[in-house]
Amino acid sequence: MSPAHPAPAVGFDPGAAAARATDAILRDTLHGTERGVVVDSPPGAGKSTLVVRAALELADAGRPLMVVAQTNAQVDDLVLRLAEKNPELPVGRLHSSDADAYDPALDELPRVRTSAKAADLRELPVVLSTAAKWAHVTVDEPWPHAIVDEAYQMRSDSLLAVAGLFERALFVGDPGQLDPFAIVGSDQWAGLSYDPSASAVSTLLAHNPALPQHRLPVSWRLPASAAPLVSDAFYPYTPFRSGTDHGERRLAFAVPSDGSGPDRVIDEAAHSGWGLLELPARHTPRTDPEAVRAVAAVVRRLLDRGGAATSERSPDPSPLTPDRVAVGTAHRDQAAAVRAALAELGAAGVTVDTANRLQGREYDVTVVLHPLSGRPDATAFHLETGRLCVLASRHRHACIVVCRAGVGDLLDDYPSTEPVQLGTLVKFPDGWEANHAVLAHLAEHRVVWHP
Amino acid sequence: MSLITTLARFEAVDSGRAQAVATVRHRHLSARPLVFVPLTTAGETGAPLGALVGTDRDAPRLLVVPQPRDRDLRFGFLADLADVVLPYIDAHAESVEAAERTETDPETGKRVKVEVELCADAPQLIVPSRAGLDLVRLLGRSTRFRRTAEQDPEAPHPAPPHIPLLGRWLTHYGERARVPGSSLLLALTDVLSRHWATGQSSLEDQHLGALLAWIDPPEGTSGAEAARAAELARDADGQLLCPPAGPATDPAFDNKLLAPAIERYDRARAALAAAEDAVAADDRLAALTAAEREIRDLVASRTRPTWDAVWRGLDLLRELPQGAYAEERWTRDRWSFTGHRDRVLAGEPPQPRRDDAVTAANKLATREREQARLEAQEALDDPLVMAGRRLAGEAFAGEVIDVVMAYSEGKRPSPRPLVTVRTDDRPQAAERAKVYRSLGGRPQSAEVVGQEAGGVLVLRVLDKMGRGKEPEPGSVPEKGDRICFTLFEHEQRGGAKLPDPEETPWTHGGPPGEPTPEAPDAVTEEDVL
Repeated sequence: MSPAHPAPAVGFDPGAAAARATDAILRDTLHGTERGVVVDSPPGAGKSTLVVRAALELADAGRPLMVVAQTNAQVDDLVLRLAEKNPELPVGRLHSSDADAYDPALDELPRVRTSAKAADLRELPVVLSTAAKWAHVTVDEPWPHAIVDEAYQMRSDSLLAVAGLFERALFVGDPGQLDPFAIVGSDQWAGLSYDPSASAVSTLLAHNPALPQHRLPVSWRLPASAAPLVSDAFYPYTPFRSGTDHGERRLAFAVPSDGSGPDRVIDEAAHSGWGLLELPARHTPRTDPEAVRAVAAVVRRLLDRGGAATSERSPDPSPLTPDRVAVGTAHRDQAAAVRAALAELGAAGVTVDTANRLQGREYDVTVVLHPLSGRPDATAFHLETGRLCVLASRHRHACIVVCRAGVGDLLDDYPSTEPVQLGTLVKFPDGWEANHAVLAHLAEHRVVWHP
Repeated sequence: MSLITTLARFEAVDSGRAQAVATVRHRHLSARPLVFVPLTTAGETGAPLGALVGTDRDAPRLLVVPQPRDRDLRFGFLADLADVVLPYIDAHAESVEAAERTETDPETGKRVKVEVELCADAPQLIVPSRAGLDLVRLLGRSTRFRRTAEQDPEAPHPAPPHIPLLGRWLTHYGERARVPGSSLLLALTDVLSRHWATGQSSLEDQHLGALLAWIDPPEGTSGAEAARAAELARDADGQLLCPPAGPATDPAFDNKLLAPAIERYDRARAALAAAEDAVAADDRLAALTAAEREIRDLVASRTRPTWDAVWRGLDLLRELPQGAYAEERWTRDRWSFTGHRDRVLAGEPPQPRRDDAVTAANKLATREREQARLEAQEALDDPLVMAGRRLAGEAFAGEVIDVVMAYSEGKRPSPRPLVTVRTDDRPQAAERAKVYRSLGGRPQSAEVVGQEAGGVLVLRVLDKMGRGKEPEPGSVPEKGDRICFTLFEHEQRGGAKLPDPEETPWTHGGPPGEPTPEAPDAVTEEDVL
């Protein structure tokens, strides 16, 4: 099977295609007869915008709504967006009883009511909280409607805990990102339709295969240089396109290159959208000091060279400030090592986090420490498709990957050997194939550097 | 593998002996465990060949199935096994103490305390290796759905009495063994590798003989040499000197010794069946008995070394003092045992073949909670484990260099002292991250307020200082104190309550419906798997 390729750009109107998809989703949500609607959304395809719009339309239609998101940050973000779109709409933010349970910015919003008790918020048209908090709520009368955000990152067991709270729901999420995981073995239930460690959507669809499924066809985040690669490598059977065309986004630097590896890879990435800074092959510990220093050096130069990003958002270039740059790693100790290296170079304000925590975030430029860099083996964790997909799809302009040479050989030495479980859905593409696809593309933008 | 384990393995290679990775024993060991050393036959999954079982290291009971494919002989084996296991379980089920448990009152819906029985001690089952755990589960699965003639006079292949009950207990033990930190059913190789790091891979550590060779090599040899000998050394007939701990047997043993012996047994049995008069039958019965004796001797010769190795491993573990929290976890094992005892007594049906959605989710939640609890408790019990967490940036130890009294804002100011700690560790603590220390066995939390160069952290202590305006004596660290904070929580919160199985929502297929009796296997209808 060869992956379907997106239609040629001629005559393709991304705005119209996205609007058609959104209309169909809202039609099924507001007027459909099925209890659920599933929406697949590639990176940056306007998932949050869709959630906010669906919430507002349901509220307008007088249907009380609960919204389930996975983290407190996601909930707060949705509340802020709702209040921005419709400041008059009364919104409830259900939160835990911990200190700092929600963003203090919500207290500034006059129509947002916060409480740790669901009963206090029951009369409001929209109530939002995390799945973990909703799981502790009991109701006599379920909500007529729910929106479940990031449903592919939600575990089946946490949907089980909240599904009794609503009659019907819109499930929105990105199937290409990291699957939920359990910290203990769960092979015992592999293949069961309700495997508690599987994603909420796979359980939902296994039991309700007739539910309408939609997908958003346009990524507004990814530039024209990135969308085809990410689409081919991670979404081969559900392709998407970028909302902008080549040339609509530009990244330029005021300070010219000093000829060093980091500067050359920055220029390559500014020009083509991708850059691979390849260090000499070597087996290293996870927090490979040389690679960590290389990541920090790239970030330092990105900030020092007076970058300016031009995009469809505004006619004037906006400066590449630290908050528009992020570093992504596979492990937390790697993130900590990069943070320490950045602190030494005096580069403050740059987000450094693991793939898990970067999910759903967006930056102008990302610098990625390749999950397989310097490793002697390729485990299922490091091969996981979603991990690489998250790391390679956070950027609006350019992505720079720092990696030791030899990952291609490593992949060939370690093909996927996960046991095949009867009854489970085999995910395509597997991490091995996706890693090769990305690596082959990056090879065209390689800068070899011996620090 | 954590950095400290990697280091310990390097040291083991270097020194030729396994290195301790724990200073206390993190699993409860019963004073009188039941050791079970099973063997299976190649060719049919889970067909028992024999076993040594018992609580007395000098007098194990040898059980043998001379023709493993014969279902009647297999039932004989299982009945004999039940005769050893069930009295051991019953002895523990009878001795109880009074305890309290919080339950939801079905009428008022309130949480109330109820007086219940808790078994004073629980039976502990020890198998040599992880494959032994799987066999326990498999035996449980293949026996708990059987029906005895008493339960169902119409059953086409009635099982001897007690066998279904044995299956239910083995199933319970097999499931409990999946709960992190539980000790009802232990695989000895797992417990030993929790406490010692060897110079071989963790896969090789599953060979009990090789693992023990690293931990306690014979005088004058290195662990590596002894482990190699344990894995590979063969006698003049090509038989392993240290037979594998099973349940699978060595193919050389199967081909050269076992298969011919079983064939002789089969022939002797066929000859006996064909005997035409009493005199001939007598002779042939003697031949059959001799053939059976030969197989018994073979099984004994392959299980006895493992049996002795298991007890030696237990001796090594007993030399370590038990960790303080291991007893608490054992109490939960006792609750688990008591709970199953009550379900059996109440006449509940055997555990279903597959968990329903709610049961599966509850089990997963319990195990994740227990895993987190185990990791925290092992670190709190054991400075060597804590050292590993410190090395990983998940904890830090240091000296208090300053304490400044401060108070929370609000109507009733509470103490919120600022404690400055200098540490040589490198904790991955972000600003405002919560950290915890153990204060008389209870976790006290603080938050990181600031970090300075040279490993200096400023912490704000948040709780466990009493209700008054001034903190209770001893509740705030003092200048000069050596203290250890962790970035992980010490106690686990209870999870959310899931719906009852009858209320499984539409997203998970709705209620599971009435359980139906398990159908026999399609190919061999005398099996119910």
